[in-house]
Amino acid sequence: MSAEIYKEIILDYYRHPRNYGKLENYDISARDSNPLCGDEIEMRIKVSDGGKIGEIKFQGKGCAISQASASMLTEFAKEKPLDWVKDLSKEDVLKLLGNPDLGPARIKCALLGLKVIKTGVYQYLGAKLEDPSAGE
Amino acid sequence: METAFSSRFSVLLKSQVLELERIREDFPILKRKVKGKRLVYLDNAATTQKPRRVIDALVDYYERYNANAHRSLHTLGIEATEEFEKSRRGAAEFIHASPREIVFTRGTTESINLVRFAWGEDQIKKGDTILLTLMEHHSNIVPWQLAAKRSGAVLKFVELDSQGRLKMDEMEEAIERSPRLVGVTQCSNVLGTINDVARICRRAKKAGALSVVDAAQSVPHMPVSVGEVGCDFLAFSGHKMLGPTGIGVLYGRRELLEEMAPFQGGGEMIREVHLDGAKWNDVPYKFEAGTADIAGAIGLLAAIEYLSEIGMEKVRRHDLELQRYAIEALKGVRGLQLYGPERAEERSGVVSFNLADVHPHDLATILDGEGIEIRSGHHCAQPLMEWLGVSATSRASFHVYNSYDDIDALKAGLEKAKEVFGL
Repeated sequence: MSAEIYKEIILDYYRHPRNYGKLENYDISARDSNPLCGDEIEMRIKVSDGGKIGEIKFQGKGCAISQASASMLTEFAKEKPLDWVKDLSKEDVLKLLGNPDLGPARIKCALLGLKVIKTGVYQYLGAKLEDPSAGE
Repeated sequence: METAFSSRFSVLLKSQVLELERIREDFPILKRKVKGKRLVYLDNAATTQKPRRVIDALVDYYERYNANAHRSLHTLGIEATEEFEKSRRGAAEFIHASPREIVFTRGTTESINLVRFAWGEDQIKKGDTILLTLMEHHSNIVPWQLAAKRSGAVLKFVELDSQGRLKMDEMEEAIERSPRLVGVTQCSNVLGTINDVARICRRAKKAGALSVVDAAQSVPHMPVSVGEVGCDFLAFSGHKMLGPTGIGVLYGRRELLEEMAPFQGGGEMIREVHLDGAKWNDVPYKFEAGTADIAGAIGLLAAIEYLSEIGMEKVRRHDLELQRYAIEALKGVRGLQLYGPERAEERSGVVSFNLADVHPHDLATILDGEGIEIRSGHHCAQPLMEWLGVSATSRASFHVYNSYDDIDALKAGLEKAKEVFGL
């Protein structure tokens, strides 16, 4: 865990986050923060006909890792069926980030967006959420 | 990089105050490497490293005379009790108090909570004002929020000027309006600002308000005398002053301690217990229910002795040198925003900053890759972060073993971070 994790793509998404903003017309909304870091992510999703993620936007503040991973996740999730979110794993998110060696202190930053999207979608589907970053 | 700046300070490359090399030898951890690099430990406001003497004192207790204090009448029990009480006398002497006014706690947080419960439950009433400042640590805010919620008292926060110094006129005006309690930090853990607590406590006393001083960041770095401060209560932690974790001190004015109700109930804090009630032990034991952190107290004494041998005046002067050097060095980093008073004399221990759009957590990670350990985040002072208009800062904080080399390493690390972030 050092400077190597800051690949260009992470810095690019940090400085130019895709899908950044707040949907006014939405079906799903979830927000979470990381008490250690103070990182915050809020996501809103408009469900399209056929139970897919139609529109998705996020807002937040925090480190490059948390903001970039949330942004990448919104791009990745667009047009996917809601059920797909249930199978979304920690490994998927780390792969989006280019599998950086984050170490135990920073991995929670990377997984905050995942926790938020799962919280929102699970609530919408009436399913029970298990913290994807638990046990780290 | 090492141009005009270094040469300007070349005269001072070694501390003029302390025998740094000898001091660094006393801290075993400074020999370790982090990520293959020399450890540059700059997170002393969170916790300090421990000299060999403190570590040895803990081992010595557990190997030679481990026993419960104030209970067992055998040889080990007597030795443990003697050393434990010697630690109390040492802590008292260190801040010029009487041993009866020294309550051992787990740390600053527990000390303040003790005041909140043992004094506040009886004394804080509906409509009372609890006066605090915007630069308090959560440990001097949240206990009072809880007390206010329970009693119906109101909290008021004194604001800061543009350099992060208390607005003293505002403070004095607020004290004139007779708050029940004034809680103030002697030194901010984020801005480094040193507050004139003696003046505040004098005013508070005149107005009939109780004064609580958070000395977690001051007692480790400068001479502190409770007589000069004139406070009713003063709290600090062992682990921020080269001592072990788990031990802290609450100083309380004798008369107040005598009048106050106990904090927790249990063993040691009683004189007599019957099925229909109990009589409390004398102060300070009334506030020390259960087995204390005996090893912690003994380790704290070792730390106090170590600091006293160096001399707290010298500790303060060394810190001033580092402050000056760090402020000058960091001003030379383009895109870096420094927080807190401009004059080193008005601050102690810490330097907080932000570097362009690099989030403090990312900065801490990059510096860690260079063996440089700083703190990043809200530093348990979120109201202050809000006032600064940031969600987090980076913070480098010093103690006796830090050198100009450490600050040079920090500066080089910051330049590296700029490179990584393409700045």
